[in-house]
Amino acid sequence: MRVLGIETSCDETGVAVYDTKQGLLGHALYSQTDIHAQYGGVVPELASRDHIRKLIPLIKTLLNESHTKPDEIDGIAYTAGPGLVGALLVGAAVGRSLAWTWQVPAIGVHHLEGHLLAAMLEEPAPSFPFLALLVSGGHTQLVEVAEIGKYIILGESVDDAAGEAFDKTAKLLGLGYPGGPALARLAEQGNPDAFNFPRPMTQRPGLDFSFSGLKTHVLTTWRAQTQNKQTRADIARAFEDAVIDTLAIKCRRALKQSGLTRLIIAGGVGANQRLRSRLGELAKEMSVSVYYPRPIFCTDNGAMIAYAGAIRLETGQSEPLAFNAYPRWPINELNYSVS
Amino acid sequence: MKLLVIDTATEACSCALYLDGEIQDRYVIAPRQHTSLILPMADELLAEAGLKPTQLEGIAFGCGPGSFTGLRIACGVVQGIAFAADIPVAPISSLAALAQATYTKYGAVKVLAAIDARMHEVYWGRYKIDDKDIMRCESKEIVCAPNDISLPSEGQWYGVGTGWATYAENLKAKLGKMVQDYQGKTYPQASAMIPLALAAFQEGKIVSAEDALPVYLRNKVVQTRS
Ligand SMILES: Nc1ncnc2c1ncn2[C@@H]1O[C@H](COP(=O)(O)OP(=O)(O)OP(=O)(O)O)[C@@H](O)[C@H]1O
Ligand SMILES: [Mg+2]
Repeated sequence: MRVLGIETSCDETGVAVYDTKQGLLGHALYSQTDIHAQYGGVVPELASRDHIRKLIPLIKTLLNESHTKPDEIDGIAYTAGPGLVGALLVGAAVGRSLAWTWQVPAIGVHHLEGHLLAAMLEEPAPSFPFLALLVSGGHTQLVEVAEIGKYIILGESVDDAAGEAFDKTAKLLGLGYPGGPALARLAEQGNPDAFNFPRPMTQRPGLDFSFSGLKTHVLTTWRAQTQNKQTRADIARAFEDAVIDTLAIKCRRALKQSGLTRLIIAGGVGANQRLRSRLGELAKEMSVSVYYPRPIFCTDNGAMIAYAGAIRLETGQSEPLAFNAYPRWPINELNYSVS
Repeated sequence: MKLLVIDTATEACSCALYLDGEIQDRYVIAPRQHTSLILPMADELLAEAGLKPTQLEGIAFGCGPGSFTGLRIACGVVQGIAFAADIPVAPISSLAALAQATYTKYGAVKVLAAIDARMHEVYWGRYKIDDKDIMRCESKEIVCAPNDISLPSEGQWYGVGTGWATYAENLKAKLGKMVQDYQGKTYPQASAMIPLALAAFQEGKIVSAEDALPVYLRNKVVQTRS
Protein backbone atom coordinates (compact mmCIF):
# COMPACT_ATOMS: atom_id res chain seq x y z
CA MET A 1 0.00 0.00 0.00
CA ARG A 2 1.31 3.41 -1.00
CA VAL A 3 0.33 6.38 1.16
CA LEU A 4 0.68 10.13 0.78
CA GLY A 5 1.25 11.74 4.19
CA ILE A 6 0.49 15.39 5.01
CA GLU A 7 1.69 17.25 8.11
CA THR A 8 0.47 20.80 8.89
CA SER A 9 0.02 20.84 12.68
CA CYS A 10 2.28 23.79 13.44
CA ASP A 11 4.80 25.81 11.43
CA GLU A 12 6.13 23.13 9.09
CA THR A 13 4.46 21.90 5.91
CA GLY A 14 5.62 18.31 5.42
CA VAL A 15 4.63 15.69 2.84
CA ALA A 16 5.89 12.21 2.04
CA VAL A 17 5.11 9.03 0.17
CA TYR A 18 5.51 5.80 2.11
CA ASP A 19 5.06 2.36 0.61
CA THR A 20 4.45 -0.53 3.03
CA LYS A 21 6.55 -2.84 0.82
CA GLN A 22 9.23 -0.47 -0.47
CA GLY A 23 9.54 1.94 2.44
CA LEU A 24 9.89 5.70 2.16
CA LEU A 25 9.81 6.82 -1.48
CA GLY A 26 10.30 10.51 -0.87
CA HIS A 27 9.59 13.43 1.39
CA ALA A 28 9.53 17.23 1.16
CA LEU A 29 9.45 19.89 3.83
CA TYR A 30 8.85 23.60 3.94
CA SER A 31 9.57 25.45 7.17
CA GLN A 32 7.84 28.72 8.09
CA THR A 33 10.43 29.63 10.71
CA ASP A 34 11.44 32.85 8.95
CA ILE A 35 7.86 34.11 8.93
CA HIS A 36 7.39 33.65 12.67
CA ALA A 37 10.91 34.56 13.84
CA GLN A 38 10.18 38.29 13.80
CA TYR A 39 7.28 37.74 16.24
CA GLY A 40 9.29 35.57 18.64
CA GLY A 41 6.88 32.65 18.28
CA VAL A 42 4.39 30.97 15.97
CA VAL A 43 1.49 33.25 14.93
CA PRO A 44 -1.36 30.77 14.30
CA GLU A 45 -3.22 32.78 11.61
CA LEU A 46 -0.01 33.36 9.65
CA ALA A 47 0.81 29.65 9.92
CA SER A 48 -2.57 28.68 8.43
CA ARG A 49 -2.23 31.23 5.64
CA ASP A 50 1.14 29.88 4.69
CA HIS A 51 0.13 26.20 4.78
CA ILE A 52 -2.65 26.79 2.26
CA ARG A 53 -0.21 28.52 -0.09
CA LYS A 54 2.52 25.90 0.16
CA LEU A 55 0.82 22.53 0.48
CA ILE A 56 -0.19 21.75 -3.13
CA PRO A 57 3.11 22.99 -4.65
CA LEU A 58 4.95 20.80 -2.12
CA ILE A 59 2.84 17.75 -3.02
CA LYS A 60 3.60 18.41 -6.71
CA THR A 61 7.33 18.53 -6.02
CA LEU A 62 7.12 15.38 -3.93
CA LEU A 63 5.25 13.36 -6.57
CA ASN A 64 7.74 14.47 -9.22
CA GLU A 65 10.81 13.73 -7.16
CA SER A 66 9.54 10.38 -5.91
CA HIS A 67 8.38 9.39 -9.42
CA THR A 68 4.92 8.67 -8.05
CA LYS A 69 1.91 8.94 -10.32
CA PRO A 70 -1.35 10.00 -8.71
CA ASP A 71 -3.02 6.69 -9.61
CA GLU A 72 -0.35 4.82 -7.66
CA ILE A 73 -1.51 6.35 -4.37
CA ASP A 74 -3.67 3.97 -2.35
CA GLY A 75 -4.45 6.18 0.60
CA ILE A 76 -3.99 9.60 2.21
CA ALA A 77 -2.85 10.30 5.76
CA TYR A 78 -3.08 13.75 7.31
CA THR A 79 -2.32 15.01 10.80
CA ALA A 80 -5.67 15.48 12.57
CA GLY A 81 -4.25 16.68 15.92
CA PRO A 82 -3.02 17.77 18.34
CA GLY A 83 -1.76 21.15 17.15
CA LEU A 84 -3.01 24.52 15.90
CA VAL A 85 -6.59 24.03 14.77
CA GLY A 86 -6.45 26.35 11.74
CA ALA A 87 -3.20 24.81 10.53
CA LEU A 88 -4.50 21.27 11.03
CA LEU A 89 -7.67 22.08 9.07
CA VAL A 90 -5.66 22.96 5.97
CA GLY A 91 -4.01 19.54 5.85
CA ALA A 92 -7.26 17.80 6.73
CA ALA A 93 -9.30 19.61 4.04
CA VAL A 94 -6.75 19.04 1.30
CA GLY A 95 -6.01 15.46 2.40
CA ARG A 96 -9.63 14.40 2.76
CA SER A 97 -10.67 15.89 -0.59
CA LEU A 98 -7.71 14.39 -2.45
CA ALA A 99 -8.81 11.01 -1.12
CA TRP A 100 -12.43 11.61 -2.07
CA THR A 101 -11.53 12.61 -5.60
CA TRP A 102 -9.14 9.71 -6.13
CA GLN A 103 -11.64 7.42 -4.35
CA VAL A 104 -9.07 6.05 -1.91
CA PRO A 105 -9.33 5.86 1.91
CA ALA A 106 -8.09 8.66 4.18
CA ILE A 107 -6.94 8.57 7.77
CA GLY A 108 -6.46 11.34 10.37
CA VAL A 109 -3.19 10.65 12.16
CA HIS A 110 -2.23 11.57 15.73
CA HIS A 111 0.80 13.86 15.47
CA LEU A 112 2.53 12.34 18.51
CA GLU A 113 1.99 8.81 17.23
CA GLY A 114 3.84 10.04 14.15
CA HIS A 115 6.75 11.23 16.32
CA LEU A 116 6.75 7.98 18.35
CA LEU A 117 6.93 5.82 15.24
CA ALA A 118 9.45 7.97 13.33
CA ALA A 119 12.27 5.60 14.31
CA MET A 120 10.45 2.88 12.35
CA LEU A 121 11.61 4.64 9.18
CA GLU A 122 15.25 3.83 9.98
CA GLU A 123 17.43 0.74 9.58
CA PRO A 124 17.35 -1.21 11.78
CA ALA A 125 13.87 -0.36 13.01
CA PRO A 126 13.07 -1.22 16.62
CA SER A 127 10.74 -4.12 17.38
CA PHE A 128 8.05 -3.93 20.04
CA PRO A 129 7.64 -3.32 22.91
CA PHE A 130 9.83 -0.29 23.53
CA LEU A 131 10.19 2.74 25.75
CA ALA A 132 9.92 6.05 23.92
CA LEU A 133 11.25 9.36 25.16
CA LEU A 134 9.23 11.98 23.34
CA VAL A 135 10.89 15.38 23.67
CA SER A 136 9.37 18.03 21.40
CA GLY A 137 8.31 21.65 21.44
CA GLY A 138 4.98 20.84 23.07
CA HIS A 139 5.57 17.55 24.86
CA THR A 140 7.92 15.71 27.18
CA GLN A 141 6.72 12.19 27.79
CA LEU A 142 7.97 8.73 28.59
CA VAL A 143 5.69 6.37 26.73
CA GLU A 144 5.53 2.61 26.88
CA VAL A 145 4.76 1.42 23.38
CA ALA A 146 3.48 -2.12 23.89
CA GLU A 147 2.74 -2.44 20.18
CA ILE A 148 1.57 -0.13 17.43
CA GLY A 149 -1.67 1.43 18.62
CA LYS A 150 -1.08 0.94 22.36
CA TYR A 151 0.53 3.88 24.10
CA ILE A 152 0.83 4.14 27.87
CA ILE A 153 2.15 7.41 29.30
CA LEU A 154 4.53 6.55 32.15
CA GLY A 155 5.51 10.11 32.92
CA GLU A 156 5.31 13.60 31.49
CA SER A 157 6.16 17.21 32.13
CA VAL A 158 3.98 18.97 34.68
CA ASP A 159 4.85 22.35 33.12
CA ASP A 160 7.13 23.33 30.20
CA ALA A 161 8.12 20.80 27.56
CA ALA A 162 11.85 20.21 27.06
CA GLY A 163 11.84 21.96 23.66
CA GLU A 164 9.87 24.84 25.11
CA ALA A 165 12.47 25.15 27.90
CA PHE A 166 15.24 25.24 25.27
CA ASP A 167 13.39 27.92 23.31
CA LYS A 168 12.51 30.09 26.33
CA THR A 169 16.04 29.88 27.70
CA ALA A 170 17.44 30.80 24.32
CA LYS A 171 15.15 33.81 24.26
CA LEU A 172 16.38 34.88 27.73
CA LEU A 173 19.93 34.70 26.47
CA GLY A 174 19.02 36.72 23.39
CA LEU A 175 19.44 33.92 20.87
CA GLY A 176 16.30 34.60 18.84
CA TYR A 177 13.57 32.18 17.82
CA PRO A 178 13.38 29.21 17.69
CA GLY A 179 16.42 29.07 19.89
CA GLY A 180 16.78 25.37 20.73
CA PRO A 181 19.36 24.53 18.04
CA ALA A 182 21.18 27.86 18.57
CA LEU A 183 21.38 27.22 22.31
CA ALA A 184 22.81 23.76 21.64
CA ARG A 185 25.48 25.27 19.35
CA LEU A 186 26.41 27.88 21.94
CA ALA A 187 26.67 25.25 24.67
CA GLU A 188 29.51 23.62 22.74
CA GLN A 189 31.69 26.61 23.64
CA GLY A 190 30.65 26.59 27.29
CA ASN A 191 32.77 25.45 30.21
CA PRO A 192 30.95 22.48 31.81
CA ASP A 193 32.32 23.34 35.27
CA ALA A 194 31.40 27.02 35.38
CA PHE A 195 27.85 26.55 36.72
CA ASN A 196 25.81 23.73 38.11
CA PHE A 197 22.03 23.87 37.66
CA PRO A 198 19.52 21.67 39.51
CA ARG A 199 18.13 18.44 38.01
CA PRO A 200 14.43 19.07 38.70
CA MET A 201 12.31 16.28 40.21
CA THR A 202 15.09 13.71 40.15
CA GLN A 203 15.37 13.47 43.93
CA ARG A 204 11.89 12.06 44.39
CA PRO A 205 10.45 8.93 42.84
CA GLY A 206 8.32 9.03 39.72
CA LEU A 207 8.74 9.66 36.03
CA ASP A 208 7.34 13.17 35.69
CA PHE A 209 9.38 16.17 34.61
CA SER A 210 9.38 19.87 35.41
CA PHE A 211 11.44 22.29 33.34
CA SER A 212 9.92 25.70 34.06
CA GLY A 213 12.10 26.30 37.14
CA LEU A 214 15.27 25.93 35.09
CA LYS A 215 14.66 29.04 33.04
CA THR A 216 14.23 31.08 36.24
CA HIS A 217 17.54 29.67 37.34
CA VAL A 218 19.08 30.73 34.04
CA LEU A 219 17.69 34.23 34.43
CA THR A 220 18.92 34.80 37.99
CA THR A 221 22.34 33.40 37.13
CA TRP A 222 22.59 35.53 33.98
CA ARG A 223 21.62 38.67 35.91
CA ALA A 224 24.15 38.01 38.67
CA GLN A 225 27.08 37.63 36.26
CA THR A 226 29.15 39.89 34.07
CA GLN A 227 27.20 39.39 30.86
CA ASN A 228 29.84 38.48 28.34
CA LYS A 229 30.08 35.94 25.56
CA GLN A 230 31.75 33.29 27.68
CA THR A 231 29.23 33.49 30.56
CA ARG A 232 26.44 33.16 28.03
CA ALA A 233 28.02 30.02 26.62
CA ASP A 234 28.72 28.67 30.12
CA ILE A 235 25.08 29.16 31.13
CA ALA A 236 23.90 27.50 27.91
CA ARG A 237 26.12 24.56 28.69
CA ALA A 238 24.90 24.30 32.30
CA PHE A 239 21.30 24.46 31.13
CA GLU A 240 21.76 21.82 28.47
CA ASP A 241 23.61 19.56 30.89
CA ALA A 242 20.79 19.88 33.42
CA VAL A 243 18.10 19.00 30.84
CA ILE A 244 20.06 16.11 29.35
CA ASP A 245 20.97 14.74 32.76
CA THR A 246 17.37 14.93 33.94
CA LEU A 247 16.11 13.18 30.82
CA ALA A 248 18.76 10.46 31.19
CA ILE A 249 17.97 9.89 34.88
CA LYS A 250 14.27 9.44 34.11
CA CYS A 251 14.98 7.19 31.14
CA ARG A 252 17.13 4.96 33.33
CA ARG A 253 14.37 4.83 35.94
CA ALA A 254 11.68 4.06 33.35
CA LEU A 255 13.77 1.31 31.75
CA LYS A 256 14.39 -0.26 35.15
CA GLN A 257 10.77 -0.02 36.27
CA SER A 258 9.28 -1.31 33.05
CA GLY A 259 11.90 -3.92 32.23
CA LEU A 260 11.84 -2.74 28.61
CA THR A 261 15.04 -3.38 26.67
CA ARG A 262 14.65 -0.93 23.80
CA LEU A 263 14.73 2.86 24.03
CA ILE A 264 13.68 5.12 21.19
CA ILE A 265 14.04 8.90 21.01
CA ALA A 266 11.43 11.05 19.29
CA GLY A 267 10.62 14.73 18.83
CA GLY A 268 12.63 17.83 17.96
CA VAL A 269 14.92 17.83 21.00
CA GLY A 270 15.92 14.33 19.91
CA ALA A 271 17.96 16.08 17.22
CA ASN A 272 20.28 17.29 20.01
CA GLN A 273 23.62 15.52 19.50
CA ARG A 274 24.70 15.56 23.13
CA LEU A 275 21.37 14.10 24.22
CA ARG A 276 21.78 11.38 21.62
CA SER A 277 25.26 10.41 22.74
CA ARG A 278 24.32 10.61 26.42
CA LEU A 279 21.40 8.23 25.94
CA GLY A 280 23.67 6.06 23.80
CA GLU A 281 26.03 5.70 26.76
CA LEU A 282 23.15 4.99 29.12
CA ALA A 283 21.83 2.29 26.82
CA LYS A 284 25.24 0.65 26.57
CA GLU A 285 25.65 0.66 30.32
CA MET A 286 22.19 -0.88 30.83
CA SER A 287 22.54 -3.27 27.88
CA VAL A 288 19.48 -1.95 26.10
CA SER A 289 19.35 -0.94 22.44
CA VAL A 290 18.71 2.63 21.49
CA TYR A 291 17.09 3.93 18.28
CA TYR A 292 16.85 7.45 16.86
CA PRO A 293 15.20 8.87 13.79
CA ARG A 294 17.58 10.89 11.58
CA PRO A 295 17.54 14.52 12.87
CA ILE A 296 15.19 15.78 10.14
CA PHE A 297 12.60 13.16 11.19
CA CYS A 298 12.89 14.22 14.85
CA THR A 299 11.21 17.54 14.10
CA ASP A 300 7.86 17.75 12.32
CA ASN A 301 7.77 16.01 8.94
CA GLY A 302 5.44 14.28 6.51
CA ALA A 303 7.27 10.94 6.54
CA MET A 304 6.22 10.01 10.07
CA ILE A 305 2.60 10.85 9.23
CA ALA A 306 2.70 8.79 6.02
CA TYR A 307 4.15 5.87 7.99
CA ALA A 308 1.68 6.00 10.91
CA GLY A 309 -1.17 6.49 8.45
CA ALA A 310 -0.11 3.58 6.26
CA ILE A 311 -0.09 1.24 9.26
CA ARG A 312 -3.60 2.26 10.25
CA LEU A 313 -4.98 2.23 6.72
CA GLU A 314 -3.62 -1.29 6.26
CA THR A 315 -5.68 -2.45 9.23
CA GLY A 316 -8.74 -1.17 7.39
CA GLN A 317 -9.27 1.97 9.47
CA SER A 318 -10.41 5.09 7.63
CA GLU A 319 -12.21 8.39 8.10
CA PRO A 320 -15.71 9.20 6.90
CA LEU A 321 -16.19 12.13 4.49
CA ALA A 322 -16.89 14.33 7.49
CA PHE A 323 -13.40 15.37 8.52
CA ASN A 324 -12.21 17.30 11.53
CA ALA A 325 -9.20 18.58 13.47
CA TYR A 326 -8.53 17.87 17.15
CA PRO A 327 -6.30 20.57 18.70
CA ARG A 328 -6.20 18.72 22.05
CA TRP A 329 -6.07 14.96 21.80
CA PRO A 330 -4.26 12.85 24.45
CA ILE A 331 -2.30 10.01 22.88
CA ASN A 332 -3.58 7.38 25.29
CA GLU A 333 -7.02 7.87 23.71
CA LEU A 334 -5.65 6.01 20.71
CA ASN A 335 -6.22 2.33 21.09
CA TYR A 336 -6.20 -0.03 18.18
CA SER A 337 -4.59 -3.23 17.17
CA VAL A 338 -2.71 -4.05 14.01
CA SER A 339 -2.76 -7.80 14.52
CA MET B 1 -20.22 21.73 -18.54
CA LYS B 2 -19.98 19.68 -15.34
CA LEU B 3 -19.28 22.17 -12.57
CA LEU B 4 -19.16 21.80 -8.79
CA VAL B 5 -19.50 24.87 -6.56
CA ILE B 6 -18.87 24.97 -2.84
CA ASP B 7 -19.04 27.68 -0.22
CA THR B 8 -18.17 27.72 3.49
CA ALA B 9 -17.23 31.39 3.80
CA THR B 10 -19.82 32.30 6.45
CA GLU B 11 -22.23 30.58 8.85
CA ALA B 12 -23.82 28.93 5.82
CA CYS B 13 -22.48 25.81 4.16
CA SER B 14 -23.52 25.01 0.61
CA CYS B 15 -22.74 22.98 -2.44
CA ALA B 16 -24.20 22.99 -5.96
CA LEU B 17 -23.77 20.82 -9.01
CA TYR B 18 -24.33 22.27 -12.48
CA LEU B 19 -24.76 19.74 -15.29
CA ASP B 20 -25.23 21.41 -18.67
CA GLY B 21 -28.06 23.64 -17.46
CA GLU B 22 -29.43 21.46 -14.66
CA ILE B 23 -28.76 22.59 -11.08
CA GLN B 24 -28.96 20.55 -7.88
CA ASP B 25 -27.93 22.03 -4.57
CA ARG B 26 -27.61 21.71 -0.80
CA TYR B 27 -27.69 24.61 1.63
CA VAL B 28 -27.73 24.75 5.43
CA ILE B 29 -26.90 27.32 8.06
CA ALA B 30 -24.58 25.40 10.34
CA PRO B 31 -21.84 27.38 12.07
CA ARG B 32 -18.70 25.34 12.88
CA GLN B 33 -20.01 22.23 11.13
CA HIS B 34 -18.63 22.91 7.68
CA THR B 35 -15.94 20.22 7.86
CA SER B 36 -18.56 17.60 8.68
CA LEU B 37 -20.98 18.70 5.99
CA ILE B 38 -19.20 19.86 2.88
CA LEU B 39 -17.80 16.63 1.40
CA PRO B 40 -20.88 14.54 2.24
CA MET B 41 -22.95 17.20 0.41
CA ALA B 42 -20.73 17.05 -2.66
CA ASP B 43 -20.69 13.26 -2.56
CA GLU B 44 -24.49 13.09 -2.43
CA LEU B 45 -24.93 15.47 -5.35
CA LEU B 46 -22.47 13.55 -7.50
CA ALA B 47 -23.91 10.18 -6.53
CA GLU B 48 -27.42 11.32 -7.48
CA ALA B 49 -26.09 12.43 -10.85
CA GLY B 50 -24.14 9.19 -11.29
CA LEU B 51 -20.91 11.12 -11.58
CA LYS B 52 -17.42 10.41 -10.29
CA PRO B 53 -15.38 13.32 -8.87
CA THR B 54 -12.81 12.88 -11.64
CA GLN B 55 -15.55 13.46 -14.24
CA LEU B 56 -15.99 17.07 -13.11
CA GLU B 57 -14.78 19.64 -15.63
CA GLY B 58 -14.45 22.62 -13.33
CA ILE B 59 -14.90 23.75 -9.77
CA ALA B 60 -15.77 27.09 -8.21
CA PHE B 61 -15.79 28.27 -4.61
CA GLY B 62 -16.54 31.23 -2.42
CA CYS B 63 -13.02 32.59 -1.97
CA GLY B 64 -13.97 35.36 0.43
CA PRO B 65 -14.15 37.67 2.13
CA GLY B 66 -15.52 35.78 5.14
CA SER B 67 -14.41 33.77 8.15
CA PHE B 68 -10.70 32.99 7.74
CA THR B 69 -11.10 29.37 8.79
CA GLY B 70 -14.23 28.94 6.68
CA LEU B 71 -12.44 30.30 3.62
CA ARG B 72 -9.58 27.86 4.12
CA ILE B 73 -11.94 24.90 4.53
CA ALA B 74 -13.55 25.54 1.14
CA CYS B 75 -10.22 26.48 -0.36
CA GLY B 76 -8.45 23.37 0.96
CA VAL B 77 -11.25 21.10 -0.25
CA VAL B 78 -11.24 22.79 -3.66
CA GLN B 79 -7.46 22.61 -4.01
CA GLY B 80 -7.59 18.90 -3.24
CA ILE B 81 -10.36 18.19 -5.74
CA ALA B 82 -8.89 20.41 -8.46
CA PHE B 83 -5.42 18.92 -8.10
CA ALA B 84 -6.67 15.33 -7.94
CA ALA B 85 -9.11 15.72 -10.85
CA ASP B 86 -6.75 18.04 -12.74
CA ILE B 87 -9.42 20.67 -13.38
CA PRO B 88 -9.39 24.48 -13.27
CA VAL B 89 -10.86 26.58 -10.46
CA ALA B 90 -12.97 29.73 -10.56
CA PRO B 91 -12.65 31.69 -7.29
CA ILE B 92 -15.86 33.65 -6.66
CA SER B 93 -16.20 36.64 -4.35
CA SER B 94 -18.61 36.16 -1.43
CA LEU B 95 -19.82 39.74 -1.93
CA ALA B 96 -20.44 39.15 -5.64
CA ALA B 97 -22.34 35.97 -4.72
CA LEU B 98 -24.64 38.00 -2.45
CA ALA B 99 -25.18 40.61 -5.17
CA GLN B 100 -25.91 38.02 -7.85
CA ALA B 101 -28.44 36.26 -5.57
CA THR B 102 -30.17 39.59 -4.93
CA TYR B 103 -30.52 40.14 -8.66
CA THR B 104 -31.90 36.63 -9.18
CA LYS B 105 -34.35 36.93 -6.29
CA TYR B 106 -35.49 40.56 -6.32
CA GLY B 107 -34.37 41.78 -9.70
CA ALA B 108 -32.12 44.34 -8.00
CA VAL B 109 -29.61 45.71 -10.53
CA LYS B 110 -27.53 47.82 -8.12
CA VAL B 111 -26.45 46.11 -4.94
CA LEU B 112 -24.44 47.16 -1.90
CA ALA B 113 -23.09 43.95 -0.38
CA ALA B 114 -21.89 44.01 3.23
CA ILE B 115 -20.71 41.10 5.35
CA ASP B 116 -20.19 41.57 9.08
CA ALA B 117 -16.41 41.33 9.49
CA ARG B 118 -16.44 41.46 13.33
CA MET B 119 -14.12 43.93 15.10
CA HIS B 120 -16.62 46.70 14.23
CA GLU B 121 -15.96 46.40 10.50
CA VAL B 122 -17.70 45.23 7.35
CA TYR B 123 -16.52 43.67 4.12
CA TRP B 124 -17.96 45.98 1.51
CA GLY B 125 -18.50 46.05 -2.25
CA ARG B 126 -20.74 47.90 -4.76
CA TYR B 127 -22.18 45.81 -7.57
CA LYS B 128 -24.00 46.58 -10.82
CA ILE B 129 -25.53 44.15 -13.28
CA ASP B 130 -23.99 44.06 -16.77
CA ASP B 131 -25.60 43.31 -20.13
CA LYS B 132 -25.00 39.59 -19.65
CA ASP B 133 -26.85 39.56 -16.32
CA ILE B 134 -23.64 39.25 -14.34
CA MET B 135 -22.94 41.33 -11.24
CA ARG B 136 -19.71 43.33 -11.56
CA CYS B 137 -17.90 45.13 -8.77
CA GLU B 138 -17.79 48.84 -9.59
CA SER B 139 -15.16 49.62 -6.97
CA LYS B 140 -12.61 47.68 -4.99
CA GLU B 141 -13.87 45.31 -2.30
CA ILE B 142 -12.72 46.61 1.07
CA VAL B 143 -12.83 45.97 4.80
CA CYS B 144 -13.65 49.09 6.80
CA ALA B 145 -15.70 50.59 9.60
CA PRO B 146 -19.38 50.97 8.60
CA ASN B 147 -18.85 54.74 8.63
CA ASP B 148 -15.96 54.53 6.17
CA ILE B 149 -17.70 52.67 3.33
CA SER B 150 -17.12 53.84 -0.23
CA LEU B 151 -20.28 55.55 -1.49
CA PRO B 152 -21.98 55.24 -4.86
CA SER B 153 -22.41 58.53 -6.69
CA GLU B 154 -26.12 58.24 -7.34
CA GLY B 155 -29.06 55.88 -7.87
CA GLN B 156 -31.20 53.45 -5.94
CA TRP B 157 -29.32 50.58 -4.32
CA TYR B 158 -30.36 47.35 -2.67
CA GLY B 159 -28.44 46.37 0.49
CA VAL B 160 -27.64 42.74 1.23
CA GLY B 161 -25.65 40.68 3.72
CA THR B 162 -25.04 40.35 7.45
CA GLY B 163 -23.34 43.75 7.53
CA TRP B 164 -26.81 45.18 6.93
CA ALA B 165 -28.19 43.22 9.88
CA THR B 166 -25.54 44.46 12.32
CA TYR B 167 -24.98 48.02 11.03
CA ALA B 168 -28.24 49.00 9.28
CA GLU B 169 -28.41 52.32 11.12
CA ASN B 170 -24.84 53.37 10.33
CA LEU B 171 -25.14 52.34 6.70
CA LYS B 172 -28.50 54.03 6.17
CA ALA B 173 -27.18 57.20 7.78
CA LYS B 174 -24.24 57.22 5.34
CA LEU B 175 -26.30 56.37 2.24
CA GLY B 176 -29.50 58.32 2.90
CA LYS B 177 -32.06 58.08 0.13
CA MET B 178 -29.87 55.89 -2.04
CA VAL B 179 -30.98 52.82 -0.04
CA GLN B 180 -33.96 51.33 -1.80
CA ASP B 181 -34.32 48.38 0.56
CA TYR B 182 -32.13 45.87 2.32
CA GLN B 183 -32.00 42.23 3.35
CA GLY B 184 -29.69 41.55 6.30
CA LYS B 185 -30.15 37.88 7.05
CA THR B 186 -28.58 36.58 3.86
CA TYR B 187 -25.53 34.45 3.31
CA PRO B 188 -23.59 33.53 0.20
CA GLN B 189 -24.90 30.36 -1.43
CA ALA B 190 -23.23 28.01 -3.90
CA SER B 191 -26.19 27.75 -6.29
CA ALA B 192 -26.34 31.54 -6.64
CA MET B 193 -22.68 31.54 -7.69
CA ILE B 194 -23.29 29.42 -10.77
CA PRO B 195 -23.89 32.31 -13.20
CA LEU B 196 -20.74 34.00 -11.86
CA ALA B 197 -18.76 30.77 -12.17
CA LEU B 198 -19.93 30.13 -15.73
CA ALA B 199 -18.97 33.68 -16.67
CA ALA B 200 -15.56 33.23 -15.05
CA PHE B 201 -14.94 30.06 -17.06
CA GLN B 202 -16.08 31.77 -20.26
CA GLU B 203 -13.82 34.74 -19.63
CA GLY B 204 -10.87 32.56 -18.64
CA LYS B 205 -10.80 33.96 -15.11
CA ILE B 206 -9.69 30.60 -13.81
CA VAL B 207 -6.67 29.34 -11.92
CA SER B 208 -5.00 26.02 -11.16
CA ALA B 209 -5.36 24.22 -7.81
CA GLU B 210 -2.37 25.83 -6.09
CA ASP B 211 -3.43 29.34 -7.10
CA ALA B 212 -6.94 28.92 -5.74
CA LEU B 213 -6.44 30.97 -2.60
CA PRO B 214 -8.60 32.80 -0.07
CA VAL B 215 -9.17 36.53 -0.41
CA TYR B 216 -9.11 37.66 3.21
CA LEU B 217 -9.22 41.45 2.66
CA ARG B 218 -8.17 41.82 6.30
CA ASN B 219 -4.44 41.31 6.20
CA LYS B 220 -3.29 42.86 9.42
CA VAL B 221 -3.62 39.83 11.67
CA VAL B 222 -0.75 40.31 14.09
CA GLN B 223 -1.02 42.73 16.99
CA THR B 224 2.31 44.50 16.87
CA ARG B 225 3.46 46.33 19.96
CA SER B 226 4.01 50.00 19.37
N1 LIG C 1 19.53 20.45 18.51
C1 LIG C 1 18.53 20.77 19.31
N2 LIG C 1 18.72 20.89 20.64
C2 LIG C 1 17.72 21.20 21.46
N3 LIG C 1 16.46 21.42 21.06
C3 LIG C 1 16.20 21.33 19.74
C4 LIG C 1 17.22 20.99 18.80
N4 LIG C 1 16.65 20.94 17.57
C5 LIG C 1 15.35 21.25 17.75
N5 LIG C 1 15.07 21.48 19.04
C6 LIG C 1 13.80 21.86 19.64
O1 LIG C 1 12.79 20.98 19.21
C7 LIG C 1 11.52 21.65 19.24
C8 LIG C 1 10.78 21.40 17.96
O2 LIG C 1 10.47 20.04 17.90
P1 LIG C 1 9.14 19.52 17.23
O3 LIG C 1 9.06 20.08 15.87
O4 LIG C 1 9.10 18.06 17.39
O5 LIG C 1 8.10 20.18 18.22
P2 LIG C 1 6.63 20.65 17.90
O6 LIG C 1 6.15 19.90 16.74
O7 LIG C 1 6.63 22.12 17.89
O8 LIG C 1 5.86 20.16 19.21
P3 LIG C 1 4.80 18.94 19.33
O9 LIG C 1 5.26 17.88 18.39
O10 LIG C 1 4.90 18.56 20.77
O11 LIG C 1 3.50 19.53 18.96
C9 LIG C 1 11.82 23.12 19.43
O12 LIG C 1 11.49 23.45 20.76
C10 LIG C 1 13.32 23.22 19.17
O13 LIG C 1 13.95 24.24 19.87
MG1 LIG D 1 5.91 17.97 16.47
